[in-house]
Amino acid sequence: MSHVTIRRRGRARELRRAAPFVLPFLVLFVVVYLIPAGYSIAQSFFAVKRSGLGLGGAETVFAGLDNYTRVFGDGEFLGSLGRVAFIGVIQVPVMLGIALILALLIDSSVATGRKFFRVAYFLPYGLPGVIAALVWSFLYAPTLSPITRLFASMGIHVSFVTDGALPFSIANILTWAWTGYNTILIFSALQAIPEETMEAAALDGCSGWKAALLIKVPLIRPALLLTLVFSIIGTAQLYNEPVTMKAVAPNLASTYTPIMAALRSLSANDFNYAAAQSVVLGAVICVLSVLVFRASARSVDS
Amino acid sequence: MTTTLQTPAPTEPVVTATRRRRPRTSPLTTVNPATRLLVLLIMSLFAVYFLVPVWWLVVSATKGQGELFSGNGFWFGGHFALVDNVQTLFRAQGGIYSRWLLNSLLYAVGGGLVSTLLASMCGYALAKFSFPGREAVFGTVLAAVLLPAPVLAIPLYLVFSYTGTVNTFWSVFIPSIVSPFGVYLSRIYAASSVPDQLIEAGRLDGAGEFRIFTIGVRLMAPAMVTIFLFQFVAIWTNFLLPSLMLADTSLQPVTVGLVSWRELQGYPISYTTVVTGALVSVIPVVAMFLSLQSFWSKGLATGAVK
Repeated sequence: MSHVTIRRRGRARELRRAAPFVLPFLVLFVVVYLIPAGYSIAQSFFAVKRSGLGLGGAETVFAGLDNYTRVFGDGEFLGSLGRVAFIGVIQVPVMLGIALILALLIDSSVATGRKFFRVAYFLPYGLPGVIAALVWSFLYAPTLSPITRLFASMGIHVSFVTDGALPFSIANILTWAWTGYNTILIFSALQAIPEETMEAAALDGCSGWKAALLIKVPLIRPALLLTLVFSIIGTAQLYNEPVTMKAVAPNLASTYTPIMAALRSLSANDFNYAAAQSVVLGAVICVLSVLVFRASARSVDS
Repeated sequence: MTTTLQTPAPTEPVVTATRRRRPRTSPLTTVNPATRLLVLLIMSLFAVYFLVPVWWLVVSATKGQGELFSGNGFWFGGHFALVDNVQTLFRAQGGIYSRWLLNSLLYAVGGGLVSTLLASMCGYALAKFSFPGREAVFGTVLAAVLLPAPVLAIPLYLVFSYTGTVNTFWSVFIPSIVSPFGVYLSRIYAASSVPDQLIEAGRLDGAGEFRIFTIGVRLMAPAMVTIFLFQFVAIWTNFLLPSLMLADTSLQPVTVGLVSWRELQGYPISYTTVVTGALVSVIPVVAMFLSLQSFWSKGLATGAVK
């Protein structure tokens, strides 16, 4: 018996062993991820044509790339992409910057009350998404907000819901809800740096802020990268916050973010177009993630 | 040679990343008191930023009707009406709120448990069996971690409406039990904390693969708690998918219900009731995090480092 057959038999046995463990997840994964993704991609190449005055029923016909040319000529959809890009460019660096500073401070020897601060920073994670947005919608509400009232009593008029202020108001909700989560992720990575490394650095006269920036930050690069990618993805899929904000900001467009735009197509029974919009958004997110990974890999090499 | 399969040796999982370190108090560096004060000031400032909205939520839920938007928003009102507010909350619209809470618990606890089990089985197999196609499976799952749930919500809706299963319990539950991130985390954790010798010893003793798994899984406990918690929070706070799938208010989770109440703009459901509802809906998540803190911070460390 040759070596190869033995190996092959071993592999087959491993497959028999693994199957009962892997298959339950895998089957559901196919149902929940691959089929919907595949179905949407397929649907995005079709369109519903209504004959005559719309009385003769409708039929689904192959439309080629029509839905996609429509997506890229759709000012509202492109505008929504622009808005989330704007929010992301401002919010993600601010949030991760704060998270990194707070994590470094909790990790450093100069901090007091570490445990309290960890819990305090992480608390907003307990109410992310719509509940956080709900709370902030009250804090932003033009006539009811306790913050606006506080400013008004000092004779200063502020509004959080004008067209110009909305991106910043939404960015603030995101920062509030997710900074603590990122702080904990970065802090966990900092905790994994061996103590000897920092002691050696201190012996070489490198400590305090210099040690933090020159030694700790490069060492936790993978964790920083992870938080960056997750944050970019999170911003691209913005939905909960603007939808909840609509209660206090009627001026907020119903196509404010890409997902909101796709949902509006869905509620207009424009299923195929909604599918195409979702595919484009998914593709944009994938490309962004790959670019971030690539860029960071390159900066490690150099 | 007989190796009896007892309870696994009480070895610490061999993950150096999770080893707890003493806080760094290097004798080589003396800290200037002014620096210490400045750091405390910065940290406190951010703590205020994170805590103030939570504080507002707590204070507002204790205020009487009509007090919410008068006086100091960040301090208690004339009388303490928390009990009244909670009663009003659970009586509103025929007690629909308790139904929503129950639904959320069902989706989040059920979905959390099933997804943790499925993910740790799959992650364990990916770490411990070198079967053909292993890397392909892992690669696909890893790519899915980057495909966010909200982007998938519309495709899921299209498929479920095609099969006519929209507006059912399963249309929200089934998507909730698949956690690619859980598979990723449990593979990493199983690889470093379940020793190969344990599996080999079990096989020598003639134990079945599932029997061996039930022992190995105990060593994966921190990772499993982490997966459960994050999946629990993800399901509990999920809004887009259930709001898309569920038109029937008696099937909706608490997030969808509360937002629909918020949109009523104060009538017939008062703002105080909405605020009280928001506070009550947060309690299970916070309670779970605080009670399992030592577990998840350990499990999280592994995921963040690798």
